[in-house]
Amino acid sequence: MNYNLILSGVGGQGILTIAAVLDTATLQQNLFVKQSEVHGMSQRGGAVQCHVRISDKEIYSDLIPQGKADMILSVEPMELLRYLPYLANKGWLITDSNPFINISNYPEKKELYEQIKSHPNHIIINATAVAKKLGNTKAANMVLLGAASTLIPISEESILTAIKKLFQNKSERVINLNIEAFQTGKKLAKENTDFVY
Amino acid sequence: MKSLLLGNEALAQGAIDSGLSGVYAYPGTPSTEVTEYIQKSKTAKSLGIHTTWSVNEKTAMEAALGMSYAGKRAMVVMKHVGLNVASDVFMNMAVSGVNGGLVVVVADDPSMHSSQNEQDSRFYGKFAMVPILEPSNQQEAYNIMHYAFDISEEYKLPVLVRMVTRLSHSRAGVIIKERRAQNGIQLPVDTNRFALIPLNAKKQFEKLVKKKSVLLESSEKSRFNKLKLKEDCSLGIIACGIAYNYVMENISGNEEFYSILKVSQYPIPKEKVKKLYKHCDKILVVEEGYPIVEELLHNYFDENGKIKGKLSDDIPLVGELNPNSVGKAIGFFHNGAQEIPEIVSNRPPQLCEGCGHTDLFNAINELIPEIGNKKVFGDIGCYALGALPPLNTINTLIDMGASITMAKGAADAGLENAIAVIGDSTFTHSGMTGLLDAVYENTPITVIISDNSAIAMTGAQDSTAVGRLKDICLGIGVDLDHLKMIVPLKKNHKENVNILRNELNYKGVSVIISQRPCVRLSRDKKEEIKLKIASLN
Ligand SMILES: Cc1ncc(C[n+]2csc(CCOP(=O)(O)OP(=O)(O)O)c2C)c(N)n1
Ligand code: SF4
Repeated sequence: MNYNLILSGVGGQGILTIAAVLDTATLQQNLFVKQSEVHGMSQRGGAVQCHVRISDKEIYSDLIPQGKADMILSVEPMELLRYLPYLANKGWLITDSNPFINISNYPEKKELYEQIKSHPNHIIINATAVAKKLGNTKAANMVLLGAASTLIPISEESILTAIKKLFQNKSERVINLNIEAFQTGKKLAKENTDFVY
Repeated sequence: MKSLLLGNEALAQGAIDSGLSGVYAYPGTPSTEVTEYIQKSKTAKSLGIHTTWSVNEKTAMEAALGMSYAGKRAMVVMKHVGLNVASDVFMNMAVSGVNGGLVVVVADDPSMHSSQNEQDSRFYGKFAMVPILEPSNQQEAYNIMHYAFDISEEYKLPVLVRMVTRLSHSRAGVIIKERRAQNGIQLPVDTNRFALIPLNAKKQFEKLVKKKSVLLESSEKSRFNKLKLKEDCSLGIIACGIAYNYVMENISGNEEFYSILKVSQYPIPKEKVKKLYKHCDKILVVEEGYPIVEELLHNYFDENGKIKGKLSDDIPLVGELNPNSVGKAIGFFHNGAQEIPEIVSNRPPQLCEGCGHTDLFNAINELIPEIGNKKVFGDIGCYALGALPPLNTINTLIDMGASITMAKGAADAGLENAIAVIGDSTFTHSGMTGLLDAVYENTPITVIISDNSAIAMTGAQDSTAVGRLKDICLGIGVDLDHLKMIVPLKKNHKENVNILRNELNYKGVSVIISQRPCVRLSRDKKEEIKLKIASLN
């Protein structure tokens, strides 16, 4: 089993939280994991990405080869498309529908969605709105992870344990919010794999 | 369970577990997390390991050498360009040799994710004639530290550990072993070798040159250099450091068709290379950075064309390696990668909303019509982003400290209204000496220290400049009448522009300290800084 996942977004949006949950859950299942991330200049509002590789065998490259990503999971729709060269034939595109606009030439939202929808396997979900309703937009990451979770070969149990472990220093309320966010994302994706919007 | 560690963290844990007594460093991407990991480590704290940041890479390396002189194990950590700053002590401590184990960790940044160049630190290692270790993965980064300290103590030489961005910033599960004790204080048997007056230096240099053969032998038998010859002799691959992963990514499952020499210790194991060379029809050299090994093997006139790599254009000469470029060089073609849609725009990094640097640049920009374009000499830090639109304030960025000295040189050439913009940490790293040059000649320049009380670019580490800038400038000899403090805020814009204008009109050295903490700092940190400033003034 090999699973390659690219997480994308803008520096400061917190894609590493998603990565940390995945890594922790993977190690719990005694699988191999490699996770390459961006530190430095780009973290100041630039484009950032993170390669997560999961396998039951030793993993060599820290980077996913082009055309080999089973999923691109993005917290922002334009950043999702930046990594298309990495997407495998039957790979999935999953993104928050909310744009993060800190540049003057940001494309039309509609055009972005159309591009994404031209791929057979996609989920566009307003994770930020879902998280807001639950009580904190910061939990949008967990909504997205929930939406993606059934496609990733890691058990829900391990992911939930990982969430609890990662937020262990936070209040009970924060832990529950993140778990609820995860479960809501999962439910929404299940109900409507085509276009949750 | 394995610990999930960044390459940098694995290396740091490896150092702690090899009996480290002190880490000395100046932050710089991609090396910063090595030191930060030890700073946060409870074990390191309980063991009393020194972890405080140094003012620059040279002071860091000298302090590490001092600790080694006293008999203990020390590590010094920096990014590749940091080794330029520390190269004086680096070259000379190879000649003196070390006492307690001394490991120099340098992280290179091919593809320049956060740097000015792609220099390859292995050149420095070779130049100084010291052993170089180049781990290929996180576990090896952990394991290699123990070995690094061992050979440093065995050969009495500093050992260079070369990292690259991808390994520094990638996580994997790492198995951690037992920790050994630190050394006690044990002064060198013979201190003459540390006193490099020509008489001693000549002896020492000869000793260093003679070590070449033992170092080669050590590489030859090193467990980090592995040669695997296979029956198929069409292609042999030399894979250095992290390049090994990209090679294996491509050939795993078909290993029987490729003979491989994995190199993680230098000098290059000559006998092993010879064996591979004899055995195979073609040799592909895959190395991150400059084609150092390839150049060594290349026939000077390239008559036989047997060696493939960067010099033969099989692998790009610039930018970091990746599994695709390496696969292509081995002979795997993959096609059909999708294109990035045209509507995707670039998203370069930018100053945070509310950053004090922006207000400063707005003030400078207002004066540019009066003083003329292209006169702002910049430096390295968050404020370097002022070189990008929409601000476009900064015209130069070369190396740490160059703002003040370049402005001085330009003023010496007759340029009026030369401005230097430098961050607080960059100023204490390498700006103070240049300021003394300018003060000494009373060169007409205006130096603006954009003081955000942090080393912000690399993740808001503590700046040694906090609370000391005014006194430093006065001590250097800046005239009190031309040492101004401003607070870069919108509401102060007019006043700040006037102060700037007045100082630009002064025909001598002016220093303006533009002070407002980085908005990314926590409230607690800001409070701590306030107290520190109050206690110093
Ligand atoms: C010789 C060298 N060492 C380290 C670095 C990495 N580096 C770049 S900017 C910077 C921090 C600068 O801090 P400061 O001048 O206070 O500016 P700020 O980022 O806080 O605005 C560092 C450490 C470098 N580029 N060159
Ligand atoms: S991190 Fe601080 S200094 Fe850097 S851009 Fe942001 S606010 Fe400015």
